Amino acid sequence: MNFPAELKYSRDHEWVKMLDDTTALVGISDFAQSELGDLVYVNLPVAGDDVVAGETACDVESVKAVSDVMSPVSGRIAEVNEALDDAPELLNSDPYGAWIFKVEDITDFAELLDAEDYEAFTKEEH
Amino acid sequence: MKLIFEQGAEGHCLHLLPACDVPEYQLSAERTAPLHLPHVSENELTRHYTALCRQIHGVNDGFYPLGSCTMKYNPKIDEEMASLPGFTKLHPLQPEETAQGALEALHILGTELGEVFGMDAVTFQPAAGAHGEFTGVLLIKAYHTDRGDTARTKIIVPDSAHGTNPATAAMCGYQVVNIASNDKGGVDLDALRAAVGPDTAGLMLTNPNTVGLFDPNILEITKIVHNAGGLCYYDGANLNAVMGVVRPGDMGFDCIHSNLHKTFATPHGGGGPGAGAVGCKAFLRKYMPGPLVVEQSGKFGFEYPEKSIGRVKLFYGNFTVCVKALTYVCTLGKEGISEAAKNAVLNANYMMACLKEKFDMAYDGPCMHEFVMSLTRLHHETGVSALDIAKGMLDFDLHPPTMYFPLIVHEALMVEPCETESKQLMDEVCGIYCRLYDMAYTDPGALHTAPHTTPVRRLDEVGAARNPVLRYRFEA
Repeated sequence: MNFPAELKYSRDHEWVKMLDDTTALVGISDFAQSELGDLVYVNLPVAGDDVVAGETACDVESVKAVSDVMSPVSGRIAEVNEALDDAPELLNSDPYGAWIFKVEDITDFAELLDAEDYEAFTKEEH
Repeated sequence: MKLIFEQGAEGHCLHLLPACDVPEYQLSAERTAPLHLPHVSENELTRHYTALCRQIHGVNDGFYPLGSCTMKYNPKIDEEMASLPGFTKLHPLQPEETAQGALEALHILGTELGEVFGMDAVTFQPAAGAHGEFTGVLLIKAYHTDRGDTARTKIIVPDSAHGTNPATAAMCGYQVVNIASNDKGGVDLDALRAAVGPDTAGLMLTNPNTVGLFDPNILEITKIVHNAGGLCYYDGANLNAVMGVVRPGDMGFDCIHSNLHKTFATPHGGGGPGAGAVGCKAFLRKYMPGPLVVEQSGKFGFEYPEKSIGRVKLFYGNFTVCVKALTYVCTLGKEGISEAAKNAVLNANYMMACLKEKFDMAYDGPCMHEFVMSLTRLHHETGVSALDIAKGMLDFDLHPPTMYFPLIVHEALMVEPCETESKQLMDEVCGIYCRLYDMAYTDPGALHTAPHTTPVRRLDEVGAARNPVLRYRFEA
């Protein structure tokens, strides 16, 4: 299981990569994709919509279930990764490369963990 | 296996349809290409359907413990009554005075089910469970709107709910508020208290819930919602566990749907038809879909409630499903209904007790009509998942339990044996489950590739979901 040190993680298993002080990319962690299993559909959010830290931003569907993706930050969706429309499996094969949405004008953060704490948290979850 | 279109040959035909007894009519718009109709003889058609039957597993083939679905055996007498020509040859538009028997059947069933539900009025219009939910939540909406209380925009749904609950609330224009379950699988009272307010339209709840537990706080739960001005909706998906024993109306619910095709004797799983009877307390009756069947001095007729939400389906619902339910209720009687529920609970507890030495149960203590096992430990120790075990069961001619539901339990297998299975069969099944458990340690590879004896082997579910092929393409 891979937990890149340069990322921050939410307890809902999203990762956050800060691009500057108020802009970030968001995706789901390696742990999340492994728990969900093969992803078959990503219901992307809409650029321009507001997201709130800790609330549902979009959802992903695996053969097992549909699961909400919580936004780890509050702000506005600047861009979504449209490549996931045709290739949801990128979330499985490259969870840290396959970002889901980009948030700008960030005003608030959910409680975020560093890689080490998040790794420990995923072990507790089991 | 070949599709029906790939069988037979030009010129093969059969004579199952009666001769046309209405004059032919020339349509103004005509097809430019011929219809793709199969060319098969009666013989070929019969063999085709028999071949299809060999590829499936139904409740007439063997054990079918699909948790939350109540795949119980349905007595054949129910089918027999529903196929009486007096019922099947009715036309929905014929005058009421010529359909008194059918109206009386609906009237009696409404009264009987109203008693089981603890509700004052029942409609049979909704075609199935989710349709019943939609109707029930529209009643809640009509009630608030009628009072001018338009600030109520939210429906509370626990995280263990069936996916149809939040979907229903959203379809009715409500915002869904999800609340977490407590460690016993029930509603977290503090989370509920924090969630209710002047914007609460209502709560949707299944009790017993989707982990097979009866919520001991149910009276407090419905009181919290009522005190906030909201109404309580009972999802009758799990009514089989409590029918004739405790009534949703007495738990504090204001309206309910019941899947007649689960609890009251209609085989299901093939896409219908079902029936999602909806019951409500007297104060909601005026919003019910019309028409309702009423009796006036020995005659049966229709009434359109004063502030009805309108029709939710053409005519009177799936009528023959109601005939099966009426036959079921009448043959079991008051004692039989509660005995069926108690046996459903007893069977689930018996299987759980037999299995818990090997399998981890998601929750401690006795269950209701179903129980949830978590195979997380087995998965970690052997790499064999709940899916692999479920596929392994197919090789023993068993339908697997519900998998990966409810979502709050990891590697879940949810078993609902139903009241119609014997101790001998359950002993045999528990033996097979334990054998599969041991196999996970001794021969995990065989389970990863299971099933081995079925007409089709392990299906590519990922491929099917990512690239679904939904239509047959004819050669040009």
